[in-house]
Amino acid sequence: MSKHPDPREEMLDHLPALRAFALSLTRNGATADDMVQDTVVKAWTNIEKFQVGTNMRAWLFTILRNTYYSSRRKLNREVSDPDGIMTNSLSVKPDHDGRLNLTDFRKAFETLPDEQREALILVGAAGHSYEDAANICGVAVGTIKSRANRGRAKLTEILALDGDSPMEITDNATMAVVAGGGGVMR
Amino acid sequence: MTEPDDAKDDRICALIDDNLKRVYSDIVQEELPDRFKDLLAVLKAQDADKPGHGSKDPL
Repeated sequence: MSKHPDPREEMLDHLPALRAFALSLTRNGATADDMVQDTVVKAWTNIEKFQVGTNMRAWLFTILRNTYYSSRRKLNREVSDPDGIMTNSLSVKPDHDGRLNLTDFRKAFETLPDEQREALILVGAAGHSYEDAANICGVAVGTIKSRANRGRAKLTEILALDGDSPMEITDNATMAVVAGGGGVMR
Repeated sequence: MTEPDDAKDDRICALIDDNLKRVYSDIVQEELPDRFKDLLAVLKAQDADKPGHGSKDPL
């Protein structure tokens, strides 16, 4: 490496993950993509604030998250939807056989408060450590752990997971998808 | 009933995380909309027009 590459070249590689994070926060595709766009512009124009050699994905997630929460404060209608009012307006399409449960899962997930959704996505899905997730969210590690645990407990309750639930029938299929479908994020 | 609660909790926790990964990786694997590639191209072109390559002097 004769000279360090422009870190901005790396940005494109993180956009699919950034979109997935945005969608899990906003639960709305158009809003999510607008937020990714805002994030890209902010990151691009503030690239000197990025510390080369640190985790760019985590940096982008932080920007996106700040964008989301500040717009949420501005329009403080909609948002934080503890009763799942928005969720009721989601169209539930019957899916292929094994996919019905995933639809249920997604619906249940979308009823969780923002803070629990983001903790679960960062730690459970995106493969960030609790420490990274805590940095991204600007809170203590213990807070992330408790948010993730509360989220899991709530999902367990909503989906009536008791170890004998029909969801577990798809467990093998799930594992196959995860193992074969690029489940390794980093 | 046939296993300790802890083992059951771990299993449920793993099940939830597996499904989270499924939801997430489904989205990650979607093709990136062109608007983002276009946006990056525009940002790059704007920078190329500017003299002084990224050295923003606040004065």
